[in-house]
Amino acid sequence: MTTPTGDSKPAGVSGFSRLHRFHGGLVLESYSGMSTTQPVAAAGIPDELVIPLQQHVGEIATPLVQPGDTVLKGQMIAAPQGSVSCPVHASSSGTVTAIEPRPFPHPSGMTLQSIVIATDGRDTWQPADTSLADYRQAAPAELLEHLRNAGIVGLGGAGFPTAVKLANAASHAIDLLLINGVECEPYITCDNMLMQERAGDILEGTRILQHILRPQQVVIAIEDGMPQAEAAMREAVDASQVDNIEVVRVPEIYPSGGERQLIKVLTGREVPSKGFPADVGIVCQNVGTAAAVQQAVLEGRPLVSRIVTVTGRGVRQPRNLEALVGTPFSHLVAACGGYTHDVERLLMGGPMMGFALQNDAVPVIKTTNCILAVSHDEMPPPPPALPCIRCSRCTEVCPADLLPQQLFWYASSGNLDAAQDYNLFDCIECGCCARVCPSHIPLVQYYRHAKTEIWAQEKQKKAADIARRRHEARQERLERIKRERAERLARKKQAVAGKNGQRDTDKQAAIKAALERVKQKKAQTDVAPRNVDNLTPEQQQKIEEVERRRRKPPPAGDS
Amino acid sequence: MLAALLTLGALAALIGLLLGYAAIRFRVESDPVVDRIDALLPQTQCGQCTYAGCRPYAEAIAAGEADINQCPPGGETTIKALADLLGRDPKPLNPEHGEHKEKTVVTIDENVCIGCTLCIQACPVDAIVGAAKQMHTVIASECTGCNLCIPPCPVECIHIVPVRRDIGNWIWPTPATSGQQAASG
Repeated sequence: MTTPTGDSKPAGVSGFSRLHRFHGGLVLESYSGMSTTQPVAAAGIPDELVIPLQQHVGEIATPLVQPGDTVLKGQMIAAPQGSVSCPVHASSSGTVTAIEPRPFPHPSGMTLQSIVIATDGRDTWQPADTSLADYRQAAPAELLEHLRNAGIVGLGGAGFPTAVKLANAASHAIDLLLINGVECEPYITCDNMLMQERAGDILEGTRILQHILRPQQVVIAIEDGMPQAEAAMREAVDASQVDNIEVVRVPEIYPSGGERQLIKVLTGREVPSKGFPADVGIVCQNVGTAAAVQQAVLEGRPLVSRIVTVTGRGVRQPRNLEALVGTPFSHLVAACGGYTHDVERLLMGGPMMGFALQNDAVPVIKTTNCILAVSHDEMPPPPPALPCIRCSRCTEVCPADLLPQQLFWYASSGNLDAAQDYNLFDCIECGCCARVCPSHIPLVQYYRHAKTEIWAQEKQKKAADIARRRHEARQERLERIKRERAERLARKKQAVAGKNGQRDTDKQAAIKAALERVKQKKAQTDVAPRNVDNLTPEQQQKIEEVERRRRKPPPAGDS
Repeated sequence: MLAALLTLGALAALIGLLLGYAAIRFRVESDPVVDRIDALLPQTQCGQCTYAGCRPYAEAIAAGEADINQCPPGGETTIKALADLLGRDPKPLNPEHGEHKEKTVVTIDENVCIGCTLCIQACPVDAIVGAAKQMHTVIASECTGCNLCIPPCPVECIHIVPVRRDIGNWIWPTPATSGQQAASG
């Protein structure tokens, strides 16, 4: 692959004047004006930070601190475990008070092992590691390690560790780096505000990513309807005078911010099912991630805070806040003037893809882009679901080009194999199908259930395979022990028998020999004793007397 | 005509020989049906089916000696899978063998354990570690929940506990009943 020089742009990715269209999608009212009237403010330091040890897909991190330890802001307090894992850093200085399961934002309402820090209010940073600030001299591998240690994950969606994503992409020829500023879901404005206020940081981060990936072309995609953000980004790009970074405006169609949809819109390429954007030569990163990369490399600061949109008619003053990871939602809501009277539900994420929370005693994590408190009128509870009438409107709007109603039949009837055959796992859970369903069927929930059920079954199957192997190994071992014992016994018996046999013959022979000897001796010495020869008559008489006395039994009672 | 007949005959004989040879040369050692049945069983090795383990039960099913509804840990799912595989009608679980329950594991009360090793000998998957007169413990991740270790324990220190649900094995609930009605509609 050749690197572009000057203004000769490679064919296929140059000139984004002609955009493509992905299948389906919806035009939604954005409600972005609610939270963009005020600049981003710092949310402040809460008294207690609760930092979950797992804030993304992959393995949970292992704590490096103990209760009682004092920590500095930015200090790594939990180390990654395994390749798809991320370290966790203290988001302010203070004392670790506990490492215990705490509630965290998840649809299950479950708890997760977390490090609790009582903050000291001084917010003292640990010394910044700016060793790679001159990133142009650094090797991509060094930078990836640095990003991994800085705990950077994708801030746009599921929070996949950025270093892993970039390392995976490194094995492909990447011709396009896509910086995703298309914040397509209604209400959420954190990326919009970030672009307005920190366009320079995003651009610097982009250039670091560019240095790592060496793509031919870089595109910063911004949604139509964010004029200030677009202007700020364009200004930053123009000021930096780099020639291969282009700002492109994409139409406001939900979900054009989805990685696959955005790639389709800009390049017309389709990411294969079960594939990754890198398979078609593209890497996509959120603008927030780019800004975090800039902070990690140039300022030497790990990811300890992010911009969170706190909005909805359920809060008094909707706005964007720069919140430390671990800050309770309630603290952010309080910073926005508290709840209004008609607040009804609390969600993390937007109205389309977010999930409901049971309460606001959960901390901000790296993927918390929005806290949405809605009133009853704003998001009324869905009416009861009616039977599917096969109108196929869901199919028309599906941006992943799936057949939602087929998926629904299979997911609801437990026919999970068939659901997978219909590419259930290509569903991005955007919620378009459920939104247009005239029968109000909560389609996405069926898909989510089916996906988690399939994962659970796969895990069960794996566990069963392990149990089978362990059982077989045990059977084999027991057999072997039995066989070995039998063999040993047989050998011993044989050995004993052999030895005994030998001994017996030896004995017999010895006895025989002794008898022989006796016989021989007897034959040789078969003569009368000579001590009674030539006796005098007195001697003879004495002997007879003794003999007589001997023969006579002793008189009874004599003793 | 004759040439054609001869050619075809010769070909048939040749291919027949080849196939016959292949059948002997590449014979599959174990019965694949048994393997396929065994793959569907939950591998708890609990013996509730009255056989000594999952594989003997699979062999008995394959031989037609056992029915497909004798596995309580597998429950409906396993019965359905077996019915699909063997082309039979699914039937409800035979209550003689027990009822289907959520998967559990066992734990040893380490304060009470006397280190007699009887449970270690009973465990079909070597999920208990310990030695004579040493404390025993259960490797929870390897425990299949067969409960075979409970009867031999002389001090009743083994207890059944539910499997801990965490984010890794959490399942989204299905939509409320209204949604399910829609599914059947």
